[in-house]
Amino acid sequence: MIPTTLKHTIAVLVNDQPGVLQRVSGLFGRRGFNIESITVGQSEEAGLSRMVIVTTGDENTLEQVEKQLYKIIDVIKVIDLSSRPMVARELALIKVKAEPAERPEIMGVIETFRAAVVDIGPSSLMVQVVGDTEKIDAMIELLKPYGIRELSRTGATAMIRGNV
Amino acid sequence: MSAQIPNVQSTDELREKWMKPEVITGSEMLLRSLLLEGVECVFGYPGGAVLYIYDAMHGFDDFKHLLTRHEQGAIHAADGYARASGKVGVCIATSGPGATNLVTGIATAYMDSVPLVVITGNVATTLIGTDAFQEADITGITMPITKHSYLVRDVEDLPRIIHEAFHIANTGRKGPVLIDIPKDVSAAKSLFKPHTEPVMMRGYNPRVLPNKLQLDKLHQAIAEAKRPLILAGGGVVYSGGHEELLKFVETTGIPITTTLLGLGGFPSGHDLWIGMPGMHGTYAANNAIQQSDLLISIGARFDDRVTGKLDGFAPHARIAHIDIDPAEIGKNVKTDIPIVGDVKTVLEMLNIEAGHSSYADEWRTTIAGWKKEKPFRYDDSEEVLKPQWVVEMLNDTTRGEAIVTTDVGQHQMWAAQYYRFNKPRSWVTSGGLGTMGFGFPSAIGAQMANPERLVISINGDGGMQMCAQELAICAINNIPVKVVVMNNQVLGMVRQWQELIYDNRYSHIDLSGSPDFVKLAEAYGVKGLRATNKQEAAAAWQEAMDTPGPVLVEFVVNKHENVYPMVPQGATIDQMLMGDKE
Ligand SMILES: Cc1ncc(C[n+]2csc(CCOP(=O)(O)OP(=O)(O)O)c2C)c(N)n1
Repeated sequence: MIPTTLKHTIAVLVNDQPGVLQRVSGLFGRRGFNIESITVGQSEEAGLSRMVIVTTGDENTLEQVEKQLYKIIDVIKVIDLSSRPMVARELALIKVKAEPAERPEIMGVIETFRAAVVDIGPSSLMVQVVGDTEKIDAMIELLKPYGIRELSRTGATAMIRGNV
Repeated sequence: MSAQIPNVQSTDELREKWMKPEVITGSEMLLRSLLLEGVECVFGYPGGAVLYIYDAMHGFDDFKHLLTRHEQGAIHAADGYARASGKVGVCIATSGPGATNLVTGIATAYMDSVPLVVITGNVATTLIGTDAFQEADITGITMPITKHSYLVRDVEDLPRIIHEAFHIANTGRKGPVLIDIPKDVSAAKSLFKPHTEPVMMRGYNPRVLPNKLQLDKLHQAIAEAKRPLILAGGGVVYSGGHEELLKFVETTGIPITTTLLGLGGFPSGHDLWIGMPGMHGTYAANNAIQQSDLLISIGARFDDRVTGKLDGFAPHARIAHIDIDPAEIGKNVKTDIPIVGDVKTVLEMLNIEAGHSSYADEWRTTIAGWKKEKPFRYDDSEEVLKPQWVVEMLNDTTRGEAIVTTDVGQHQMWAAQYYRFNKPRSWVTSGGLGTMGFGFPSAIGAQMANPERLVISINGDGGMQMCAQELAICAINNIPVKVVVMNNQVLGMVRQWQELIYDNRYSHIDLSGSPDFVKLAEAYGVKGLRATNKQEAAAAWQEAMDTPGPVLVEFVVNKHENVYPMVPQGATIDQMLMGDKE
C-alpha cells in the first residue's frame, strides 16, 4: 500500500472536565500529529463536549491518533467522520475594505455565495460566510482583491449524514 | 534487627468506624481513603501547601510515612515499592518546587508503566492562576507523563477521586496518577462518605479478554512456524503472568528472549531462555530475532533499544503482538496478529489449546549453538577488579534470591547480563527513561515492600551522587539495603560511547572530586566498606551480608571496561560489536 497523506476529520466525545482540551491538543503536539483545526462545544449530552479535529496523515497516523486518544481517560468516543458521508461546516468572518463606490460589486460576490453582511463601517464591510472549507477558501480568494483587513475562521464542525 | 516495617493498624474495627459518615477535613479524608486502599507506606516531604495533610498525620501510625531528603528520593522509593510489590506506590509533596522535584520520577514510572498515586499540594483555589508563592501548574506540567491527573476543587470529590486514582493506576496499562490538592481543599470540612464501590468510568474500560479469532490465528501460526521466537517484556511481570508464560514456553517449546524490564518474568536458567535482546543483548537473542519467521511479543513494546534499526528488524518474521494497551500495537512495528488483552489472561487462554511447535527442532538446535558459542564474556584479571566479576560474585552469594535494583549506565547492563533472575519482581531498573539517581532510592522502596528479603542496589559512582542523601533514611529507619557502588571514577557509559563513537574524545566524564564513599556512608551513620581487588571484594561483601542493617560497599573497578556486545546506533541488531581483541 502506498502511504497517502490525507485530510481526516475526527469527532471526539469528551468529559467536560477542566484541562481536557489541553490533554487532547497536547497529545497531538507531543506525538507529532498535525492539527489543522479544532473546534469544541457542547454535545447532545450534558457533561460531555464534542471536539471536531481536522488532521492530516496517512492511515497509520490516523490509527495511532485514534488509539492514543482513547488512552486519555476523559475521552469517551472517537469517530473518524471522513470514513463516511459527512457534513462539515465552518464559519468565517471577513472584514473587507469597501469604499462606498466598491460596495455594489462586493455585494454581488456576497450574494452569489449566500453569505451575509453583518456590519458596515465607513470604509469596510464585515461578511459572514458559512460552508465547507472549499467554499470559504473560494470566498476569501474573491474578496482578496478588495483588501481583507481581518479574517477569522472557526475551523470545521462536522457530523455523519443520516441517522447513524 | 529488621527494617522498621509498616505496622498497619487498620483493623476491621477501625474500618467500620471510618465507614460511618462523619464531618472531617479533606486531609483526614485523604488519610482514611488511603487506608481503605490498603496503603501501608508512603514516601514524602512536607511544605506549606500540604501542612494540613501533615498535621492530620501527626501521631498517626496506621501507615508508615518515610521522610526522604529530596522529593526525587520519595518518588523513586514509591516506584521501587510498586515494582517490587505489585501494589500502588504512594508519595506526597508540597506545591511548586516540591511538585516539580517529582517530575523525573513521574516520567520514569510512566515510561515503565509503574502504578503510582502521586499527591501534591497546591496553593488555595482562590490563588490558583495568580503566580502565588510556590504555585506551579503541576497537573499541566505532568500531563504528558501521567496516565491521568486530578486537580481537586471540591473537598466532597476527594474520596471518589482517590478511589478512582488507585483503580486507574493499577489496572489496564499501569501508570502514575497525580492528585493535586489545593490547600483550602485539604483544610475544608465535609461529610466523609467512604468510596469503596467498583469504579465506573465511561471513558475507561481496559480490555482484559482477547479476541478469540486472533488467538486461533496465533495457534495456527505457531503450528506452521519453523523458527518461532518469544519476546517477553515487563507486561509479563506486571500482569503476574510468569507461571502462565513458563507453561506456554514449555508446552510449545518456543525459545524465549526477555527484555530489560522482562528480566525475572522467566527463569534465567531455563534451557529455552536465550537472554536479553537489543543494544547490549546476547548474540543468540539478536540473531534469533533477525532470523525468526514468527516473533511473538508478549507485553513488550518494541523499544528502539530492543529493535535497533527498525527497517531491518526481524525482516523474515510474522509479528504477533500481545499487549493490554491497544495503542502499542502497530506503533513501531507492523503487526500481523494483534492481540489486545491482559497478558496473564491471554496466556491462560492460549495454554488451553497450545501445542508443541514441532517444525522448530532444527531452530532450537541452531539457537542452542549460538548460546554456547557466544555467551556474555569478559577478560578477567587478577590486577584490577572487573565489574562483571563483581556482579557474578553477588549472584553466586545470593543464588539469584535477592531483589536487585540498579541505577543507569554500564553497571546496569552488567547487572542485567550477569545476574540470574528466577522470580518476577526481583529486578528493579529504569528502562524507558533511563533515569540516573533511580537505583538507590528505589531500593529503599523495594525493601519497605519486602522487609524480609535481601535487597541489593547496584549503582555507578555518577548516579550514586544523584540521590546519595537518602542514606539518611536507611540509617534512621534501619532499612537494611546493601548499597553497591561500582566506582570506575568516570561516567562509564558515556566514556564507552566517547571511546567507540566519538573517537576517544573524552569530554567531561571525569568524576574526580567524588566524595570518599566510605566516609560519606559513615557520615550518615551507615557502615561503609571498600574493596580494590578480588580478595577484598569477597571479604567486604561477606561482611556486608553478615551485617544487619544498611551497608555501602564501594568496589573500585577497572575504568577501561566496556559493555559488550554492543549494537551501534543505526545498525540492525545482528550487527553487534563483540569486543573481541583480534
Ligand atoms: C539523569 C540522567 N542524566 C544523564 C544521563 C546520561 N547517562 C547515561 S549513563 C551515564 C553515565 C553513568 O555513569 P555512572 O553512574 O558512573 O555509571 P557507569 O556507567 O560508570 O556504570 C550518563 C551520564 C542519564 N541517563 N540520566
